Amino acid sequence: MAVAQSLVAALSRSRMWLERDRVLGPALLAPAVLYIVLLVGFPFLFAVYLSLTDATTGNPFGRFIGLSNFALTFRDPVALRALRNTFVFTVTAQLAVLVLANVLALALRRPFRARGAVMFFLLLPWVAPVSLSTIGWLWILHARFSVIDWVLRQLALLPAGANMFWLGRPDLAFGAVVAVHVWRMLPFATVVLLAGHSAIPQDFLDQAEVDGANLWQKYRHVMLPLLAPVAAVALLFGTIFTFTDMTVVYVLTRGGPFDTTQVLASLAFFKGIVGGNLSVGASISLLLFPVLLLAAVFVLRAARRTEVGW
Amino acid sequence: MVSARSRRRVLVVGRFLLIGVFVVFAAFPFAWMGITAFKQNSDLYNPEHNPFWFHEPPTLAHLQYAFTKTQFGRWVVNTGLVGLGVVVVTLLLTVPAAYSLARLLGRWGERASIAIFLVYLVPPTLLFIPMSLVVTTLRLQNTLWSLIVVYPTITVPLCTWLLAGFLRGLPRELEESAMVDGCTRLGALARVLLPLAVPGIVTVVIFSFTLSAQEFVYAASFVTATAQKTVSVGVPADMVRGDIFDWGPLMASAFLASVPVAALYYLVIERFVSSFTLSGAFR
Repeated sequence: MAVAQSLVAALSRSRMWLERDRVLGPALLAPAVLYIVLLVGFPFLFAVYLSLTDATTGNPFGRFIGLSNFALTFRDPVALRALRNTFVFTVTAQLAVLVLANVLALALRRPFRARGAVMFFLLLPWVAPVSLSTIGWLWILHARFSVIDWVLRQLALLPAGANMFWLGRPDLAFGAVVAVHVWRMLPFATVVLLAGHSAIPQDFLDQAEVDGANLWQKYRHVMLPLLAPVAAVALLFGTIFTFTDMTVVYVLTRGGPFDTTQVLASLAFFKGIVGGNLSVGASISLLLFPVLLLAAVFVLRAARRTEVGW
Repeated sequence: MVSARSRRRVLVVGRFLLIGVFVVFAAFPFAWMGITAFKQNSDLYNPEHNPFWFHEPPTLAHLQYAFTKTQFGRWVVNTGLVGLGVVVVTLLLTVPAAYSLARLLGRWGERASIAIFLVYLVPPTLLFIPMSLVVTTLRLQNTLWSLIVVYPTITVPLCTWLLAGFLRGLPRELEESAMVDGCTRLGALARVLLPLAVPGIVTVVIFSFTLSAQEFVYAASFVTATAQKTVSVGVPADMVRGDIFDWGPLMASAFLASVPVAALYYLVIERFVSSFTLSGAFR
């Protein structure tokens, strides 16, 4: 009886102990944190390790060879091209997205009938699986049956029976990859900017109107300063997504023609997963890391700014 | 006065023209998939034919081919199973973590939320090579389990942050009064807070499912067996025989698989965006 009583007391004491915020808080957070440490933190360290070895699929732990993989990468013209492409694709696509999203958000900011349906169509590129929607582009840009070529032929901009070979020529393939990235990220940036628009007090715009401001002046002097922090967030996320993407290039061009549209992520996939050269692949992927780190710093700064209100 | 009115009219027409152009740009690849999916091959592969028009009656042959001659049906089922598994794992990890961040850890909870969100920014393309070794070591290569184990690295950070933000928006008083009435902390969580958090939890479910259905990089790295693929990898990789693209079935299955996922994702995009713009911000 006494034993049972003390057991009950101990149990309720341990329950009370578990109920305390300082115990319960970490206890409830622990599984998620543990999972992230095991499946994100550990693989990241493993990637760093692999990049310093000569590991291959046949010999997955390899031998320590220092920075040789990185030295090799920086002497490899294909890898250098991929490095340059990754930056050029990202910067070009994000500049275009920023301009187009601002125009589109301006057109959409005031409600109109059927806005819901319009938003659904506009958002499709962002909400559909990118590997599948890029196949749609592959067919639109087909060497022989491209619908764009057909339209160009009808407009007599292209001779009868001729084709552009969108994905067969380095310059056009380059443009195609950028276009698909713009197409994919535009909806996201637009929706973020629209959210920014809805936070602009109508009084400000009314006052500007009373003061005789035209649309451009209202945009330039009232909206733009208030939208800047939101636009920065859209830009940041767009940059991260485009910079690290391999799916568009993989499905659209496989990095071709002649590796001219290869990016770091797709090259790492071809070398590391397809070719089985784990160490070289890991070292190429890791070249993405410095930019990601920089982006993370900017995200943190944006987050801090929110504490005082945007 | 008249000129002002006509200027306004020009502005309105211009505005809708502009929106129209963007709608066409955004939706065209999907419309094109839809048209191609129902065209007969002899119509499709004739460069003289106006590709916007059906010159021969529409056909269901491509859909039939996709379901009977390829593993498309199998990939759809696989995608569903992976999505389901990821939803379960994500909920188990996310709900307690978000509660802890929102209610129990105070000021540190906010900082930890942001730290966890940063993990969402770690892209699959940074980790897929070591991850494929992890998957091989766990003997999960070529199984759906490999994806169920790994996809929560994408969903857990995002959903924990989203749900913590959502829970912070719910009034504390209700739980506190339940605790005054004799509920324990966890009792108040289960009986008072969770019922109120249903919209947030539904968002987590939809996000986990759609992000898994969209994922390509990990799936392409871990799964090479045709029968174990998900839609997002199976269609681009295994519907092409050698160098021959079967555009009809390819477009039919891409269309059929992407539109439902897009519609599901569309339901939650608003919450995702508002979480890091205005009211919710990064809190």
